Amino acid sequence: MAFVSLQDFFAMGGHAPYVWSAWAMTALLLLGSVVHARVERRQLIRDLQRRERRERRVGSEPARNLADDT
Amino acid sequence: MWAFINKLRSPRWFYAISARLQPYFWVAATALILVGTVWGLAFAPADYQQGNSFRIIYVHVPAAFLAQSIFVSMAVAAVVFMVWKIKIADMAAAVMAPLGAAMTFIALFSGAVWGVPTWGTWWMWDARLTSMLILLFLYFGVIALRGAFASRDSGSRAASVLAMVGVINIPIIKYSVEWWHTLHQPATFTVTGRVAMPLEMWAPLLLMVLGFYSFFIALTLMRTRNEILRRESRKRWVRDLAGGEH
Repeated sequence: MAFVSLQDFFAMGGHAPYVWSAWAMTALLLLGSVVHARVERRQLIRDLQRRERRERRVGSEPARNLADDT
Repeated sequence: MWAFINKLRSPRWFYAISARLQPYFWVAATALILVGTVWGLAFAPADYQQGNSFRIIYVHVPAAFLAQSIFVSMAVAAVVFMVWKIKIADMAAAVMAPLGAAMTFIALFSGAVWGVPTWGTWWMWDARLTSMLILLFLYFGVIALRGAFASRDSGSRAASVLAMVGVINIPIIKYSVEWWHTLHQPATFTVTGRVAMPLEMWAPLLLMVLGFYSFFIALTLMRTRNEILRRESRKRWVRDLAGGEH
């Protein structure tokens, strides 16, 4: 351990604003990217399901993409 | 080999295989970054000259590595897309750009914040700093070009061309500290030669670098899958899939 106490750790030897802002920005962007990717996925799946339901309700078969499974 | 490449270009196959690979990279990224953070912030010894501000290195260096590696990956994906017309390569390139921009921003931000106590200034038109700023603008350019066309294909091609041309900036960033001796210090890690740091200082840095790379792979897999759902939403297999996914 490079610090004697928790206060000492947070103070970072007087460099607290620099060290903690750099780490906070990094944490924010990394976690933000993960949250964004998860929300994006949920949204895409919800849109797919909604469209599938709507097309089933209308009862008309949608135009099939002939290039299926490429 | 060709059979494998042919499989690789199928979004459906990629969607399946990436689902299996993804968890390993998320676990590796989380474990490496957590251990690296605790070790680097609390246990690594303070630098004898810089004191504790030196701990910024544990986010600055990994972010700067990724900022450059992501651009190179994007350029490689662009070549694969342009030469072989492999759609999945373009999808991967598309999702890499925002993360690359975020990493470049982290490198610039943490560098500026580190510069205040160390150099007495947050910014200087030093060769390394300037070429990194250009990298950030290249990322913005790639992202903007992709969205600037009515047809997706035109946007993909324009973004690919800029990625392939812009990659010239990467060797400039790398050698900037050797060609122009201005402010920024030379590389911390080199392939050959010894690290000018004790083990307790560079080991957590190595963990952070590996953790950031795992994070990049995990997030790229995850978002490429999203991109497949978006672009292939009319395909039968994607529509069947939506029924079973939550």
